[in-house]
Amino acid sequence: MRAALRDAFLSAAIALGLFAPLVGLVLDNGDQGLVLRGRPIAAAVLVAMVFFGRLGMHLWADRPGKEARAVKRGLVVPTGANRFLAPALLAFAVLLPLTGSRYYVDLGTLVLTYVMLGWGLNIVVGLAGLLDLGYVAFYAVGAYSYALLAETFGLGFWTCLPLAGILAAFWGVLLGFPVLRLRGDYLAIVTLAFGEIIRVVLINWVAVTHGPNGITDIPRPTLFGLRFSMDGGEGTVAGFFDIEPETIQRVVFLYYLILALALLTNWVTIRLRRMPLGRAWEALREDEIACRSLGIDVTNTKLTAFAIGAMFGGFAGAFFATRQAFISPESFTFIESATVLAIVVLGGLGSQLGVALAALVMVGGLEMLRDLLSTLGEQMGSELFSGLAGDLPTYRMLIFGLALVVMMVLRPRGLVSGRTPTAVL
Amino acid sequence: MTAPLLTLSGVSTFYGAIQALRDVDMTVNEGEIVTLIGANGAGKSTLMMTICGSPRARTGSIVYDGRDIARLPTHEIMRQRIAQAPEGRRIFGRMTVYENLLMGAEVSGQTDIPALLDQICDLFPRLKERLSQRGGTLSGGEQQMLAIGRALMARPRLLLLDEPSLGLAPLVVRQIFGAIRTLNRETGLTVLLVEQNAHQALRLAHRGYVLVNGAITMAGTGADLLARPEIRAAYLEGGG
Repeated sequence: MRAALRDAFLSAAIALGLFAPLVGLVLDNGDQGLVLRGRPIAAAVLVAMVFFGRLGMHLWADRPGKEARAVKRGLVVPTGANRFLAPALLAFAVLLPLTGSRYYVDLGTLVLTYVMLGWGLNIVVGLAGLLDLGYVAFYAVGAYSYALLAETFGLGFWTCLPLAGILAAFWGVLLGFPVLRLRGDYLAIVTLAFGEIIRVVLINWVAVTHGPNGITDIPRPTLFGLRFSMDGGEGTVAGFFDIEPETIQRVVFLYYLILALALLTNWVTIRLRRMPLGRAWEALREDEIACRSLGIDVTNTKLTAFAIGAMFGGFAGAFFATRQAFISPESFTFIESATVLAIVVLGGLGSQLGVALAALVMVGGLEMLRDLLSTLGEQMGSELFSGLAGDLPTYRMLIFGLALVVMMVLRPRGLVSGRTPTAVL
Repeated sequence: MTAPLLTLSGVSTFYGAIQALRDVDMTVNEGEIVTLIGANGAGKSTLMMTICGSPRARTGSIVYDGRDIARLPTHEIMRQRIAQAPEGRRIFGRMTVYENLLMGAEVSGQTDIPALLDQICDLFPRLKERLSQRGGTLSGGEQQMLAIGRALMARPRLLLLDEPSLGLAPLVVRQIFGAIRTLNRETGLTVLLVEQNAHQALRLAHRGYVLVNGAITMAGTGADLLARPEIRAAYLEGGG
C-alpha cells in the first residue's frame, strides 16, 4: 500500500510536469496579439486522474488470486468467446439508422470505415504477422482509382469498386516484392516509406491527381441505377419510390453500403482463416522457418496476404471517395495508418471482434466523449468542459497514446486476446 | 540392388565466403535409418538444410528418387515427399496441436486427414490428449513429438530429423527414438537423423556418417561405428 501510494505520487508529479504546460497554459488571441491564459483546474483534474488511476492500478494488480488467474488465462483456449457480443454488435449496427439521427448515422459510417480498414489490415498484420505501417497507401490507391476513373471515363461507383480493389491489390503485390525478405522493424520502415511515397506522388503529380487541390465532384453511388438526388424526378430513388427526397436517405444508404463492405471483409477473412491459405498466414506469423520446412511457398503466402489486405483497403478507399465526393492527399497521411494499426493492435492481433470493438472505442468513443463534454459544458455553463470539448481534437493523439499504454499494461494481447482455433475436431 | 533414395555427391555449401560443407558424398537407401553425427559446428544441420535447398549447394548434386533436386526451390523440394522436423522443434506456438498437424498435411495436399491423424495419435498417444491445446503449452518432449508428427502428416518417404533429442530428458529421448524405430519397422519409412547424442543415434541407425569440419571422415554401420575406438574417444566418452 505504501509503495503504491509512493508510486502514485511520483506518477502524479510526472503528470504535473507534463500537463502544467500542455494543458494548464493556453495561448489565446487577445486585443494586442497573443495572450497567455492559465487553466489550472483542467490540469489539476488530469493530474488527479493520473494519481487515482495509478493507485487503482496497483490495488487491482495486487488483488489476491493473481497467479491462478494468470495460469488460467494463458492456458485455456477460449472457444466461442463472447458468443453474444458479436451478434449484439451486429444487430446494433443494422438497427442504428432507425434512430433517424443524421449525427449517429454519420458517426456510424465513420466507425465502420475504420472497422473495415482494421479488418483489412488485420489480414496483413494480425494473421500474416507482417507489420505494415503504410496501409493508408492502399486506401489512397482505392480512393484515387475511383475518383480518376469516374472523372476520366465517367464510370460509376459499382463498376469502379472492383477495379479500385484490383488496383490496390496490384499495389499490394508491388510493395510485397521488395519486402519479401524483410521482417519486423525493417519491414515496418519500408512500408512506412511506401505510404509516404504514394502520398508525395499524389501531391506532386499535378497533371493527373490535381495535386494538393484534390479531386472534386466525385459521383455518388446509385441504388440499382437510381440516383440519390434532391430533385426527386425520373431515375432517382425518391422519384422511383414516390417519396419526398431527403439527404438522410443517401446518408443511410452510404451507411448500409459500408456496413455491407465491412461484413464482406469479415466474411472473407473468416472463410480464409479456415482454409489452408489462411492457416499458412498464421503459421507464417508464428515461425517462418518452420513454414519453409513444411514446404509452404513463403513468397506466395506473403504476397497474397499483402494483396488481399490491400484489396480491402482499396474498397474502403473507393467508399471514402464516393462518400466525401472530394479527396485530396491530406486525407491519406501517416496518422491514418497509425490509427488503423492502433485499432488492430488494441483489438488484439488477429481478432475480428477485437478490431471492431477497438474501432468503436477509438473512433466512436472519442467523438462521443467530445459530444458529451460539450453537452455538459452547455448545460452546466462550465467554461472548463466546453473548453475541453473544443480542444479535444488537439488531444486526440494524447488520448490514443494513453489508451495504448493503458491497454498494454492491462491486456497486453489486446481487447480480445484469445485466438479462436481455425479447425476443431 | 535398387538405386538409393537419396544420393549426395560432391556437395559443397558456403555461407558467403565460409565453406561449411566440403565435398560431401552420402547415400540413404530406401527403408534405412541413417544417422549423421559430429561435434558442434561440424556442419550437420547445414547438410540437412542443404538437402532442403536452403542454403543451396554450390557444387555437387543431390539426387532424390532419381531426380536432381539441388536447384529446386525449398518449397518444391519439401513437396517431393521429403519432410523435416527442424532443429529446435519450431512448432506454431499459438496454434492448436491439431492445427499444427493440419499444417503438415495441407501443404502436401493430403486428403485422408482422419486416418493420418489416427496414425500419429497411435504413435504418440500424448498428442491425442492435447489436440485442442495450444502448441506453446506443450512440454519440450511433447513439442518434439508434435514436430515429428507434423512432418509425418505429409506422408513422407524420407523423414529428416534435426537433433530430436535437443534439450530433452533421457527418458523422453528414449520414447522418441523408440517411435522412430517403430515407424521405420512398420511402415518402411526412410529416416535421416542428425544427432549430437552419438551413442543412442548409432544404436538406432542402420548406418552412420561422421562429419568433422564439414567433411565426412568416417562411414559404416551403426554397430561398426559404435565399436571404433576413435568414435568412442571423440563422441562417446565425455569428449576428447
